[in-house]
Amino acid sequence: MKKNGAQIALESLRREGVKVIFGYPGGSVLPFFDAMYEMKEPRFILTRHEQGAAHAADGYARATGKVGVCVATSGPGATNLVTGIATAHMDSVPMVAITGQVKTFLIGNDAFQEADVTGITRPITKHNFLVKDVKELAQTIKEAFHIARTGRPGPVVIDLPVDVQMASCDFHYPKEANIRSYKPTLESHKGQIKRIAKAIEKSEKPVLYVGGGVIISGASHELTELAKKYHIPVTTTLLGMGAFPDTDELSLGMLGMHGTVYANHAIQESDLIIAVGARFDDRVTGKLDEFAPHAKIAHIDIDPSSVSKNVTVDIPCIGDAKHALHGLIRALKKKPDTEKWLKKINEWKKKAPMKYKDDNKLRPQYVLEEIYRATKGDAIITTEVGQNQMWAAQYYKYTKPRTFLSSGGLGTMGYGFPAAIGAKVGKPEKTVFDIAGDGSIQMNIQELATAVLEKVHVKIAVLNNCYLGMVRQWQELFYKKRYSYTYLSTCSCPDLVKLAESYGAVGIRVTKKKDVRKAIEKAIKIENTVIIDFTVEEEENVMPMVPAGQAINRMIGGMA
Amino acid sequence: MEKFTLSVLVENKFGVLARVAGLFSARGFNINSLAVAETEDPSVSRIIMVVDANEKILEQIKKQLNKLIDVVKVIDLTEKDYIDRELVLVKVKVDTKTRDKVIQAVDSLDAKVVDMGKGSITIEEVGDTKKINATLELLGPFGISEIVRTGRIAIQADSKE
Repeated sequence: MKKNGAQIALESLRREGVKVIFGYPGGSVLPFFDAMYEMKEPRFILTRHEQGAAHAADGYARATGKVGVCVATSGPGATNLVTGIATAHMDSVPMVAITGQVKTFLIGNDAFQEADVTGITRPITKHNFLVKDVKELAQTIKEAFHIARTGRPGPVVIDLPVDVQMASCDFHYPKEANIRSYKPTLESHKGQIKRIAKAIEKSEKPVLYVGGGVIISGASHELTELAKKYHIPVTTTLLGMGAFPDTDELSLGMLGMHGTVYANHAIQESDLIIAVGARFDDRVTGKLDEFAPHAKIAHIDIDPSSVSKNVTVDIPCIGDAKHALHGLIRALKKKPDTEKWLKKINEWKKKAPMKYKDDNKLRPQYVLEEIYRATKGDAIITTEVGQNQMWAAQYYKYTKPRTFLSSGGLGTMGYGFPAAIGAKVGKPEKTVFDIAGDGSIQMNIQELATAVLEKVHVKIAVLNNCYLGMVRQWQELFYKKRYSYTYLSTCSCPDLVKLAESYGAVGIRVTKKKDVRKAIEKAIKIENTVIIDFTVEEEENVMPMVPAGQAINRMIGGMA
Repeated sequence: MEKFTLSVLVENKFGVLARVAGLFSARGFNINSLAVAETEDPSVSRIIMVVDANEKILEQIKKQLNKLIDVVKVIDLTEKDYIDRELVLVKVKVDTKTRDKVIQAVDSLDAKVVDMGKGSITIEEVGDTKKINATLELLGPFGISEIVRTGRIAIQADSKE
């Protein structure tokens, strides 16, 4: 059956099981949008900015585990996707972005709305394609989805010139993408698994250091079994939140720059770190030379280039986390004796728990605790970037994977709100909260129209402190309180309540601690998108904190 | 920093060289020389690259190259016995006094004169890096006005297996 390129693209997306596309039209994707006219499936969600579409596709992918799809036109449409694509790339999120391109014979001519999209996105994608022949389109889409969702997932861009969208050919959707040069290793080497098992059996102070890879691989169950059966404490990275229940007594919470005191001390005193699906990011390790000085390091990861990149690994193990952990549980013959170790950790927990000043003032940490209470820990939390993100990681307890969505690697302000929309589309039964700051929320505020008109009812908690809080905090601590351009005075400009109302959403302002609980409960009940504007303490800091470049047990607000 | 020779098989498609070069610049790796051409299989190109690295950086270079979807295979020739060659074209300034001396030097080197102009002689030399460097050293004092090198190509040696 003959179809044109646009119809082939759309039908190929259906064959890949795509249920929703986020995007924005323009001149070079007109044939594709024409093919979507009056279609029933997939659902198309028109955002108000291409960046919103990219982040929404990302949020959808993180919440569901499926590939997120976004579409934009050539030139500025495509460049507006770039931040969203880079965000997905840094955090290994499966995404396929389709961009219109000028006609093939105009490529390179500086044509209207032309940009070298494969060139621009090369370093921020797992792979990208420029399709010059309609006969290659179906195979390309098959390969794009295969690359995006397998191995260490990531975004793939398909640049599709408008004349290729209009050209016709016979349509057959290939059954498989056979890429000779791309065969990710799934099953780990048995010998390496055995070596890790032996190291665990001998260890007295083991720590499981867990990253987003465990969530991506769906290995939370295996991880929890391993930790609980063999009494090994677990610390997670920002992207690993939810891989292991925060409520479990073996949980150490997050490690690193704003991690818990006890997680960081456990790492520094450990004799064996079992890293799973984590990449020893600088926000985790602090000063590299002094990171975990007594520990042997085992590293399970699907990406060989993550192993021994920053920290030299003693027992590398390449493979999928689920396979590897399953193998590890089977390979373990006896329990390590960790009783003393766990006792010591519990003493640290008592000595230096996560805490903030509990007084009558409206403090941001309290807002997070109340959101946790009101949602019974069952919500999906997305975050912007900065203080809001860290408090969301520290004061909400995550017990299930895919419930904490945050731009960890790239640190993209403006991510949380569109990501919340994407998450809610993928998981409509869940309450979805975007934890925002008064700075970040304005970076994609236009998506209020998308949320309201598409009836994707998300809740936005703005921790409004009138500042770009995290940058201000660094200025306070390391730049002699010289608050250079971090005061936003957004407490009044814009008036977020009125702004919400102007979009047809609901705005609630909370200025007193005693009103927090009621406002959150009310917002959850309202069947609409709600902004709760919490006027919080202006100069509250995220604590504890490892100053950049220090060893991670040398924390401000740590143990004396 | 040492020099390592990598033989990288890649898909023979547009944009692949840009991916490889982009990887090096994005991650701060150094390419010393680069030679690219089609192989016996027209769907595959071979890139011979000489990189400046230490063991740790080399490990990352190999892993990052392997991570590129269009890279079929990365062979580290440094670990193996290999034969390497480079071709160099050198333009040497001459006058009536030095012309014969340069030609004598060329003969003694087993190099070749490929062009003679009024004030210059162009010489071709093929060999491994050591030989090329020796040639350049010998011709240096006559006054070299231009050097064009192909960059190293290399192939694994089977004779020592």
